[in-house]
Amino acid sequence: MKNIIKTEKLEFTYIASDDAPSRHILNKLNLEIEKGTFVAIIGHNGSGKTTLAKHFNAILLPTGGRVLVNGMDTIDESLVIEIRRRVGMVFQNPDNQIVATVVEEDVAFAPENLGYPPAEIRERVDEALKIVGMYEFREHAPHLLSGGQKQRIAIAGVLAMRPECIVFDEPTAMLDPQGREKVINIMRDLRDNHGVTVVLITHHMDEAVGADRLIVMSDGEIYLDGTPREVFKQTEKLQETGLSIPETAQLLNKLKHDGFDVLQNALTIDECVETIYEAVSADGRMPPLQVKECVETIYGAVSADGRIPPLQVKE
Amino acid sequence: MLKDITLGQFFPGNTIVNKLDPRTKLVLMIAYIASLFIARGLFAYLFMFVILLTCITISKIKPKAILRGLRPVFIIILVTVFLNIFFIRGETILFQFGFIVITTEGVVTAAFMASRLMMLIVSTFLLTYTTSPISLTNGLEKMLNPLKKIKLPVHEFAMMMSIALRFIPTLIEETDKIISAQKSRGADFETGGLIKRAKSVLPIIVPLFISAFRRADELATAMESRCYHGGEGRTSMKILRFSAADYIALLFGAIVVTIVVLLGIYF
Repeated sequence: MKNIIKTEKLEFTYIASDDAPSRHILNKLNLEIEKGTFVAIIGHNGSGKTTLAKHFNAILLPTGGRVLVNGMDTIDESLVIEIRRRVGMVFQNPDNQIVATVVEEDVAFAPENLGYPPAEIRERVDEALKIVGMYEFREHAPHLLSGGQKQRIAIAGVLAMRPECIVFDEPTAMLDPQGREKVINIMRDLRDNHGVTVVLITHHMDEAVGADRLIVMSDGEIYLDGTPREVFKQTEKLQETGLSIPETAQLLNKLKHDGFDVLQNALTIDECVETIYEAVSADGRMPPLQVKECVETIYGAVSADGRIPPLQVKE
Repeated sequence: MLKDITLGQFFPGNTIVNKLDPRTKLVLMIAYIASLFIARGLFAYLFMFVILLTCITISKIKPKAILRGLRPVFIIILVTVFLNIFFIRGETILFQFGFIVITTEGVVTAAFMASRLMMLIVSTFLLTYTTSPISLTNGLEKMLNPLKKIKLPVHEFAMMMSIALRFIPTLIEETDKIISAQKSRGADFETGGLIKRAKSVLPIIVPLFISAFRRADELATAMESRCYHGGEGRTSMKILRFSAADYIALLFGAIVVTIVVLLGIYF
């Protein structure tokens, strides 16, 4: 089977209660997530992205349509454990997902729930802790670790199930820049070297840049879907949903708008520098490779109105 | 200020005491507390004190940690001492001023009560400082397992207890943050009478409860995501198994209880 997760006309509605009217969160949503890919889902607050993610491991059940995980319908109660074993989930606040007071005992929580024999649990715990680089901390108390370290423990806790897919629900929202970078690197490593399908829910555009596929959600529907390059080219559409686009794409977009003939598909800073350099040196009058100064000059010119935040060019 | 509370805190270590089976430690602690109540006379108390001191030395718990742990119960001990000194009427009067009578018996009982209380509390530290809450609850669950037959939710209680212990430092940290936040908005917790102070606690309690409920909700989701479905079919990474050390420790415990009983009878 090629798809790990498939939704068919997925609908989710919060049923009206005394103090709240019923709300449609997801609207006939069709989505297929291919095995072994890194899929980022972005959307502003209230777009339904977290609700969608919670359907992937049967935390929420559809009020209409269905969700299939490896062909298993999440509505079937007897399959819930099988589904959750395959699709793990990492949440925003690391403090609220750690159950135990010793790192390794927390990582062991999931395999213990699954009823594996002690020797196998030990093996899984050690393996998971090594993948996230927290093996030396296995006997520490989690509340004395930093936010980023705690989040890595939470990831290890999910990895110990040896899932096929991990859904990360804004995993870096509460972390400092260093912690963020570590967590992002772990996500890439999982997809590249461990064959884990990664679904990242985020509103950081620059985190989504590294994904294989980028889905933009708006009002419970899929608004844009494609590779990050394809999606970020559609600047106007993105801005309509209230999302900002990466600084690099902003710059190129503005250059084109001002009459420069630049390609619109560069996302990383290095790519962006090259693209701009190629565009301005096309007539051969520019001396080769004073790239940095060149970009800074152009950037200074186009950002004079102060609308584009300063861009950091790699030395 | 709240960080000083060491209730239920566990210090990972590598001593024999750390490695003992939690069930052994639980039984020994109960035996120790029972002997404290059986103990009669100075020799028995001295003996109990020496035993406690030996155990602390073996477990390498820092005396500082014990003193810090005793701080919150200091007032209870003080009240006990006070009550005993003033309200126990013995025969030999030490001091008399109007209706206040202090007798030797009162002072002696107060001293015994205070040392008994302190030894009792410190013996529980010996358990909680050297046993991770998870293995402690595992041990409790195993010991209470027979009660499952009469439909008592033993696993659920054990899980609740371990989660409560896990969240103590988190919630203490949170309380500190809320206090700072309220102080920065001009809240005053230090002055005023008892009622005013009690009222000023409200702006701390309410946000703390709200956040605790939110945490509980998120934790429940995270636990479900990690395939938690109650105690059925659950295994444990660390199997509890009695080692030679456990049998020796239990034997040692039995000897201590016997000696205390004998000391009570013959001295």
